[in-house]
Amino acid sequence: MPAVQLRNISKSYGNLRALDSISFDVRRGEIFGLIGPDGAGKTTLFRILTTLLLADNGEAAVDGLDVVKDYRAIRNRIGYMPGKFSLYPDLTVEENLKFFATVFHTTVEANYDLVREIYQQIEPFRKRRAGKLSGGMKQKLALSCALIHKPSILFLDEPTTGVDPVSRKEFWGILRHLKEQGITILVSTPYMDEATRCDRIALIREGKLLQIDTPRRMTEQFTESLWGVRSNRMYPLLTDLRAYPEVKTCFTFGEFHHITVKADFAEEKLERYLQERGHREIMLRTLVPTIEDYYMQIAQTDTL
Amino acid sequence: MLRFLLEKEFKQLLRNAFIPRLILFMPVMILLVLPWAANQEIRDLRLSVVDNDHSTFSGRLIRKAVASGYFRLADVSASDEEALQAVESGKADIILNIEPGFETNLVREGAAKVMVSANAVNSMKGGLGSYYLSSILNDYAVELRKEAGLQAGGKIAPVITLASQGRFNPHLDYKVFMIPALVVMLLTILGGFLPALNIVGEKETGTIEQINVTPVNKFVFILAKLIPYWVTGFVVLTICILIAAGGYGLVPKGNLAVLYLFAAIYVLSVSGLGLVISNHSNTLQQAMFVMWFFTLIFVLMSGLFTPITSMPDWAQAITAINPLRYFVEVMRMIYLKGSSLSDLLPHLLVLAAFALFCSLWAVLSYRKNS
Repeated sequence: MPAVQLRNISKSYGNLRALDSISFDVRRGEIFGLIGPDGAGKTTLFRILTTLLLADNGEAAVDGLDVVKDYRAIRNRIGYMPGKFSLYPDLTVEENLKFFATVFHTTVEANYDLVREIYQQIEPFRKRRAGKLSGGMKQKLALSCALIHKPSILFLDEPTTGVDPVSRKEFWGILRHLKEQGITILVSTPYMDEATRCDRIALIREGKLLQIDTPRRMTEQFTESLWGVRSNRMYPLLTDLRAYPEVKTCFTFGEFHHITVKADFAEEKLERYLQERGHREIMLRTLVPTIEDYYMQIAQTDTL
Repeated sequence: MLRFLLEKEFKQLLRNAFIPRLILFMPVMILLVLPWAANQEIRDLRLSVVDNDHSTFSGRLIRKAVASGYFRLADVSASDEEALQAVESGKADIILNIEPGFETNLVREGAAKVMVSANAVNSMKGGLGSYYLSSILNDYAVELRKEAGLQAGGKIAPVITLASQGRFNPHLDYKVFMIPALVVMLLTILGGFLPALNIVGEKETGTIEQINVTPVNKFVFILAKLIPYWVTGFVVLTICILIAAGGYGLVPKGNLAVLYLFAAIYVLSVSGLGLVISNHSNTLQQAMFVMWFFTLIFVLMSGLFTPITSMPDWAQAITAINPLRYFVEVMRMIYLKGSSLSDLLPHLLVLAAFALFCSLWAVLSYRKNS
């Protein structure tokens, strides 16, 4: 039995189709990533699975229990960390943890082993009010509170949004440890670089599921030849590259523009073309495709 | 479970920098200031006199009017036009115009005319002013008739004198009437607004999401929200009773336990209503405005400031679904009349029905999912 099962789940808000017939399974004990930009429907999906929202159509089961019929039983078995910090800011770190333990009919001591690794880092501040913690510490406290009743499935809605890179890395390390303890983790993120840290990922966009696979296989499916280009004038470079006949796609990716090219592409020809267009300090190199490249590619073909 | 939820609610309530102070400060403020300010007794009306007679009789009438305590001689004018100007410029509220030959006419013909004109922009002030002044005139006429009768040698014309006595508030002290009702207003504001802001506050901080995924039963959850305001209600009521006793010497004539019983039931209904509003609101502003709307209507239609019996029939019908109205009546009955629980049984039933209805509605309108 899969940890989470979705069959044709749809949800609309008025005319906006937030989720369009989504189906997938999350296997037991895996870290499953939902990858997609803001507004893709990630939070809606989480709210349906955590029994906070009713889907318009379709069926979903969490830990083998129906999200509509058995919502009570589900609430005992899942841990949910909403995207927005949602602990009591006027209670202390310690009180928040104790409160969430007791509302799940358990104690901090009974499940301390599970949260020890995370909680120890914020324990020095246990008398501090949760509202006064820094972003990274808030996130650790929220995770501790979501774990304190030993859930079998953890739902983390954009846990790393607004968290510094060091804390983000640390956070994914923690998730690995939780996975080792047999907890299934469903995590959403808008950061494509975090996708590789998941066992399997689902790419979604505008409420539609684009693809599900392991991150490795996804990048392997990226068969185009990929190049990175930069120059001293990055914005004109984008339009110039898009105008160049041998370039199939061109997207901005921070330092470099990523381009996919046709078979007859020649490095020197492009460099000459760009120089003619007044670009200097031109750098051109082949790249290993990332999930983001793949996402852009399939998102592109989907529109066409 | 309930114990832990309550522990959390009380911690949050007490840690709030503002609310505990408000709970203490508001009763003190309202009970010390409002009984004096929200006073509808008409005193010290400014009287303008046009005395065209300048006789002993007219002088006596003026002195009598001023001695009553209701009027203050603000202006003496030579003509009616001048007196009207005084009213227009706001120097006087009411004019007493005594005709020339007032004394002579009274003595010779047994009748004389005076004219009373009052500024009726404030209809209550104008109406009561002219009413007071005409009763002073009547009084004066009776006095004169008695004297005339004595002089004529025992042929006293039959005169009926009225002696009215105000029961339950013998000195017709407006403050005594207002204080019990102001206590109700306080319980409504504190017991209604604080819960109205509570659940919607959890929605705004997002904590409601976290609570909704827990197995906490919604009945228990709502109960944990109601009880703190219940306790707050008792604290406020106790402060009010102490201020009324200490500041105004006003102690309830009836049983204190009955008073608390009613307060307990009443706070349950307003807090329930507050939670219902909180459940249906998405933002603090929404909750605040809706609660404000209801509180205003409840207060103005409760008989707190204006008697219900003088409202039109349709308005009186509306007051039947106003819990405030019943509690205002109860408070005045217990405080002033010393009514017992058996006298108040109908009120008890109605308020209990309100409390049950509002709390149940609060539980049912709270949805853990959407």
